[in-house]
Formats: sequence, structure tokens, C-alpha cells
Amino acid sequence: MEILVCVKRVPMVGGKIVVTADGQDVDTRMSGFTVSPHEECAVEEAVRLVERHGGSVTVLTLGPADAAGQLRDMLALGASRAVLLETDGREWGPIATAEAIVAAVRGRETPYDLLLFGNEAADTGDYQVGVRVAHALGLPCVTGIKNLEVTAGAEAGAAASARARREYRGTEEIYDLSLPAVISVKEGINLPRYPSLPGRLRAKRATIESSSPPWSGAQWHPEGLRKERLRVPAGESKRAEVLGTGADAVPALVTLLDTLGVLP
Amino acid sequence: MTVLCLVEPDGAAVADVSRRALTFARALAAPVGGEVAAVWFGAAGGVPVGDLSAYGAGDAYAVESPQLTGYAPQAWARALAGLADEVSATAVVAAATDRGSEVMAHLGAITGLPVAANCVSAAPGGPAEPAGFRLVRQRWAGSLLEDSLLEAPRALLTVAADAVAPAPAQAPAVPNVRARRPVLDETDLRVQAVESAERAAGASLATARVVVGGGRGVGGPEGFGVLEELAGLLGGVVGVSRVVTSEGWRPHRQQVGQTGTRISPELYLACGISGAIQHMAGCLSAKHIVAVNTDPDAPIIARADYAVIGDLNEVLPALIAAIRTRASS
Repeated sequence: MEILVCVKRVPMVGGKIVVTADGQDVDTRMSGFTVSPHEECAVEEAVRLVERHGGSVTVLTLGPADAAGQLRDMLALGASRAVLLETDGREWGPIATAEAIVAAVRGRETPYDLLLFGNEAADTGDYQVGVRVAHALGLPCVTGIKNLEVTAGAEAGAAASARARREYRGTEEIYDLSLPAVISVKEGINLPRYPSLPGRLRAKRATIESSSPPWSGAQWHPEGLRKERLRVPAGESKRAEVLGTGADAVPALVTLLDTLGVLP
Repeated sequence: MTVLCLVEPDGAAVADVSRRALTFARALAAPVGGEVAAVWFGAAGGVPVGDLSAYGAGDAYAVESPQLTGYAPQAWARALAGLADEVSATAVVAAATDRGSEVMAHLGAITGLPVAANCVSAAPGGPAEPAGFRLVRQRWAGSLLEDSLLEAPRALLTVAADAVAPAPAQAPAVPNVRARRPVLDETDLRVQAVESAERAAGASLATARVVVGGGRGVGGPEGFGVLEELAGLLGGVVGVSRVVTSEGWRPHRQQVGQTGTRISPELYLACGISGAIQHMAGCLSAKHIVAVNTDPDAPIIARADYAVIGDLNEVLPALIAAIRTRASS
């Protein structure tokens, strides 16, 4: 199986999120970067599928040159090839991002059987790049997947299929898709492995296939939705009323729970 | 001006998230004398007219098709695209649920229009941007807000449901129910939910009235017994932070956070949880947050309503004993 996993470099935010003075970005001077959590699970899922069915996993990202670091993290998890669509650091919208990915997919000689995405990016949460890629490529698509089974075709060259499951209001929905297909997954589909030492060494030496726009005409363009300013919601910095320290706080805590009406 | 609103069912009624989306749609339409039209997938006879009336929908479109045996994201989007053209919709709105977000993404792809996800508010643009919409939308699952301008012939918006309170209309409408049969092609029907098995009933994290949360401070998989005991006493459930599921201490379905479950309990008792952005995004709708933490400078202290500074392994057993004593006296 040939699997493509698309990932996004996002700031690693801890207990506090800080916006730059111009209100255009998250201040990352004090934080590192990571891959959106759903996407790390997508890479793990792809690696497991290839371990079972053979083939290879390609990870792709669109982002600045430094995003090579996140690609290496994914290579360390077991991906075999990494593609960087290198931008000048501007924030690309979901339409232009999908166009760039489509150009990269079309430009590959061996077609992909499966294109995996994270359900939504941790930062922008746009929930649409995978769906737009599917439409452009004419592929079936389902999102929000928490369980995936892939059945290889019975004979060489025969169509493979996938059964994907997700939750909806306490019930489970099941989708059957023929491959190739686009599937967006959610964290919880698996528990990603820790990168092994050999994996990390291999990732460090690996070649990142990097290129710059335009890719078959795909380049940054405005999309009708224009970010003007980012801000932290009001009321973020209240301070809790301290009820007490250790077990001495228990009487006050019991009184509070009683007031809230949650005691038996 | 018409704002179309996708309505998801909760049994025979309108789901709470869709009441919020209808409230949002009304706020967008009302200032310019527009109206809200609801879109319901299913037979015209099953349209929850009372709920739609209460939330101010002037029209209701029932999308019926013998080809639609289950939820089919692309087919739903195709039907919405047809309806949007038919009523010359200024905007199409859906709650930012798995279904709402997915259908709107397909609608964006079908029409080539941008989709603004997770909106908190929307208004028609001012004199300087007559063709635009002023939006506030969430980033980082609500930990950040983005002020933005959307310029598009039709606004496609998903609504961050936990940020919009459901409000019935002051002047309820009496919706006209109109049945529509969409024109669907084979590719629209390729992906369709084929089976929906009822899952085992149990206290649900998303709807629990009390959630007892555990984080890294619990120390390991064996440390959750005391949290389970307290949750049981309070008629609640246990929720955990991302580090707990990433370590494999507890299953992912118990995760509260941006990539887990969003909770909205009366009480969230967060024990040994530092309060990372990713976790707090899952409890924005909790009415009261009480933190139990050894570190008085942990980020969660700045986000909680009340705090107990101390070790959960000391505080929780004492709390359980006090509640038992009180209950038996």
C-alpha cells in the first residue's frame, strides 16, 4: 500500500497562549513546535497498515523550511519518505493548501492508495483540507474516524477497501469505502509509539524532498476569509478562590459541593 | 436575505447544538430583516415544527430521497448547495459538529467557496465592506479568538456551539414545511453510513453533571481508584487529561480536551491537572471548576473558580470520608 499522510507544524502551547504584538500570530519565542495530535495518530495508523500490508508511508507538509523538523519526527515514527512544500512563512488558507497537496499527489508516478489527514489542525481548526483534496482528486472521503480496517484486494491489482468507524451522538457509524480514498482521523484511533533510537537516527540522516511554489500553478492566494486580529478571550486570567491547603480544606470543599447541589 | 441552517436531530426533536446554530443564524439575519430557513434531512412529516418555530425558522425544507438510507456527507452537501441556490441564500450555517463541519467542508469544495469554521458571531459587513461578513471565530478550540472579514458571494459558516447560548425567538415563526428531492449522482452516494449500532449505555462524559478529572499528578494507572470512588459518590464520571491517555494510563474515550471530549458539567473537579491549553479547551462550558493541585502557580489556578492546594492523594480520601460521614448522619 502506498499511503500519504499530510501533517501540519503547529506551536507547542502549554499552559498559556500568547499573541504577538501585531495580533497576527501566536508568539512562539518561548515554545517549540509539534505536529497536530490527530495527525501524529494518522502517521501511526499509516505505519501500522504498511507493517501489515507492505508498501510505504510518505509524510507531507506545507510550511516553512523549519517544518522539516516535524517531518523528521514523523520519519522517526516509521514513515519512509518526507515531502516539504516549502512556503515563505505566510499562513496558507485551506483552499490554497489543498491545491498544493493535489499538485504534489498528481505529480507522483506511483499513485497513493490512501490519503490520511488529521481531522482538524490544532491551531486553525478549519476541518476542510482533506475534503477539498478529495473533491479535487475525485476520491471518496470520510472524516472523524476513530477505527480503520483496510482489506487488500484478493488478487494483485484488485481494488482494496476500507471500513471506517466513528462515533455520533453515542452510536457508532460505519462507512465502507473503496480505495483510493481520503480519510481524516482523530486522536484515539491508536496510541502512537515512541520513536525508537534507530528510527531517530534514520530520520536524522534522511533526505527531505523539498520544493518551492508554484507547484503546477499552485501558490499562495487570498481566499475571501481574511484574518484581521488574534486575541485571547476575555476572562482568561481570573484567580481561583483558595479553599485551603491539603485535607484542612475538606470542610470548605464539602460546603461548596453542597451549595452546588452535587452531594448525595 | 435568507440564512439556511442545517438542523441535526436529537430523536424527534432539534438537537441542542442546532438550537444554538439557529440562534446564531437568527442573529445574522435579523439586523437586515432577513429570515432563517431550516434544512432537515428526512421525511416532511417528521420535521420538528414546534422546535423550529420556537427558534424562529420561517421556512423548513425537508430533504427526502429514497437514495439516502443513511447519513451521506457529500449528498447532504449537494442537497444544501441546491437549496442555497433555490432560495438565493446569503449564508449557510451549521453547528460545528462532526456532521456539520464535514457537510460544510463538502459544500465549500463543491462550490469553491471558503468555509469559516467555528464562528462565535457573524454580522453583515459595514458600509466599507458591503459584500462582506464580520466574523469572530475560534482558533485553538476556543483558546484564541480571531476577528476576521469574510468576502464571499455566500457565507459558509460553522458555529462553535459551546460559545453560543440557545435562545428561543421572541416572535416564534410558523414555518412552512416544503419537501425537496435533491438531484444526486453516484459519487455523492459513495460514502454513506451503512450501519449504526447502538452502543452500550453508560454515564457519558459529554453530558455528565459531575466530572472528576485526573492528570499527571495521579501518578500512574493504579492511582485512579480514588477518583472513580469519588465520581461514583457524586453520581459523576472520571475524565482525564491528554498526558494520561498518551501514557496509556486510561483509554482515550475518557480524555477531556481539544482532541478528546468537550464537557459541560455543573462541577468539574480537576485533580493533579496543570491546566494546559489543550485540556482547558475541553472544559470551557463547565459551570464551576475546582482545582486540586500541589502547585499554587499551576496554570489551572488562573482558570478555576476554586482551588485546594494539596496532594490529591491526601485531599480526595479525606473528602470521600467527609461525604460518607455526612450522608450517614
